Amino acid sequence: MGSRPEESVVKGKESGVDFFGQAVATRDAYGAALLDLGTRNECVVVLDADLSGSTKTAKFAKAFPERFFNMGIAEQDMMATAGGLSLVGKIPFASTFAVFASGRAWDQIRQTICYSNLNVKIVATHAGITVGEDGASHQALEDMALMRAIPHMTVITPCDGFETKQVIDAIAEYDGPVYVRLGRAKVPSVMPAGYRFQIGKAYKFHIGRDANIIANGIMVSEALKAKEMLLQKGMDVGVINMPTIKPLDTEALLEAASNSKLIVTAEEHSIVGGLGSAVAEFLSENHPVSIKRIGTKDTFGGSGKPEELLKIHGLTAEEIVKTVMTNV
Amino acid sequence: MAAVTQSRDIYFLKEQARAVRVEILRMLAQAGSGHTGGSLSSADIATALYFYKMRHRPDDPKWPERDRFVLSKGHAAPLLYTVLALTGYFDKSLLNTLRKIRSPLQGHPSSKMLPGIEVSTGSLGQGLSIANGMALGLKLDRNPARVYCLLGDGETQEGQVWEAAMTASHYFLDNLCAIVDLNELQIDGRCSDVMKIEPVPDKWKAFGWHIFEIDGHDMEQIVDALDEAEKIKGKPSVILARTIKGKGVSFFEGKVEYHGIVPTKEELELALKELAGNGE
Ligand SMILES: Cc1ncc(C[n+]2csc(CCOP(=O)(O)OP(=O)(O)O)c2C)c(N)n1
Ligand SMILES: [Mg+2]
Repeated sequence: MGSRPEESVVKGKESGVDFFGQAVATRDAYGAALLDLGTRNECVVVLDADLSGSTKTAKFAKAFPERFFNMGIAEQDMMATAGGLSLVGKIPFASTFAVFASGRAWDQIRQTICYSNLNVKIVATHAGITVGEDGASHQALEDMALMRAIPHMTVITPCDGFETKQVIDAIAEYDGPVYVRLGRAKVPSVMPAGYRFQIGKAYKFHIGRDANIIANGIMVSEALKAKEMLLQKGMDVGVINMPTIKPLDTEALLEAASNSKLIVTAEEHSIVGGLGSAVAEFLSENHPVSIKRIGTKDTFGGSGKPEELLKIHGLTAEEIVKTVMTNV
Repeated sequence: MAAVTQSRDIYFLKEQARAVRVEILRMLAQAGSGHTGGSLSSADIATALYFYKMRHRPDDPKWPERDRFVLSKGHAAPLLYTVLALTGYFDKSLLNTLRKIRSPLQGHPSSKMLPGIEVSTGSLGQGLSIANGMALGLKLDRNPARVYCLLGDGETQEGQVWEAAMTASHYFLDNLCAIVDLNELQIDGRCSDVMKIEPVPDKWKAFGWHIFEIDGHDMEQIVDALDEAEKIKGKPSVILARTIKGKGVSFFEGKVEYHGIVPTKEELELALKELAGNGE
């Protein structure tokens, strides 16, 4: 995958671009955001494991070669080296595909980065099944679960380019380990003008009376489509974008659960351990309501076009509509 | 706290190493569990670092220009705690709390709980990468501080060590000095039986490192190697220190079972007598 030329969809000026209203892959927004950040903050250093063309850290590498470290195909070494850089005052961003970042280097992230509460930013791209043709070996569907389980870790899944740019700026300001989950494929613009991302804060598009959908990543746009489709059927369904799955915005969850008896979660991730699990854990203990989780059903992904895979795994607006209709 | 006394005087350093061994044995016996063999085998090396080579300020543990020490073989925590206490990072009485509930002296080093510990370790194989990261960052800042990293020989069976070995040489990290405690023992037996690591010097050379081969209990050889390593430019240095696990207590020496068990009361008494007799 790394060797395949992947043209950036982002053209034009890099610095200052906020990606508002633009359909871009979140990894492209990351590449531009990182470049912009590097210009403003000398402490930022970037590490990659031979995938800089795909993760888009190559832009930073080109502009700031002395602050970019290609670690070779050695993810474990990369994570612990990032830890060392943070210990001497740098703000390291370490990037590779989500499967390798969260899986191959999990112990390094737990033992070195999180136990010492180090200021390392892990920005993983190619998460989820929209990786497409590369198939299951390259589709992380467990990474939010793996990262969420580690104390001190913050876990963020932005939904579009506009939000991604803000996430990258916000985590650079925050002191502590963060895992950011980005995608390979182009995604529609979702977040409205004036939106300000804050770590741990959800965005309430609308709170519904019949059901509320809690989503993140690419599923936010599907949730918004589903809301419109359900409105046609006379139903009042809310949508909440929950980019930070740890720490969860529990106030937003309580508001949603107090206004409707049904909560539907939607994520491009396994229903085991991700957003759906996090929401279910909180609500079952604090405000029990009916919860249905949309996500991959404890299976691996596979090769195919992203749209085909999304359909097969039920990650669509239609599936959300069906779930609401049969459970409300 | 008293300023650290540092000296290159070999007699002084040997005396300190003896005091370090005494404290290690006392604290382990008191704790009732912990890693004896590997703490004793590295005792002379750690003494040379903390009482001679490293530029550090126990009363200002975050001094930006301090030399850094990463205990990659984190199970030798009793050794690290002892040299930190004896050089004045915290009161010696804390050593009695090793492994006790809420003690900052955790079973393996925890950086957020005790001054002087740069990073938490315990999962073997990660320290050299961390040290590389520090060395890279220090170079970027033109900070003259050096980074020292102590590894076990069994530990070098971890693949990540060799990823890091490549990284250090690829990035010309001459501000980094690794030290491998070659005591030839790990938990399940001799390294040569569990998973052969030899030829050790050839491996490090092949990875682009400058190597020093020394007797890890000969204080003169240790300080010489540490001094010489500082002069090597353009590549990282590694001190390959041949040691004896359990060194200093005759009935622990070379005994694989004393990796993870502590002296009984009687053994402690005998051991302290032996160490007292070793004075020159
Ligand atoms: C990743 C990892 N695997 C296993 C262990 C358990 N363990 C602790 S010490 C040790 C043996 C270490 O041997 P060596 O590196 O030679 O240390 P020394 O002989 O100096 O004590 C093992 C396997 C660990 N701490 N970390
Ligand atoms: Mg050993």
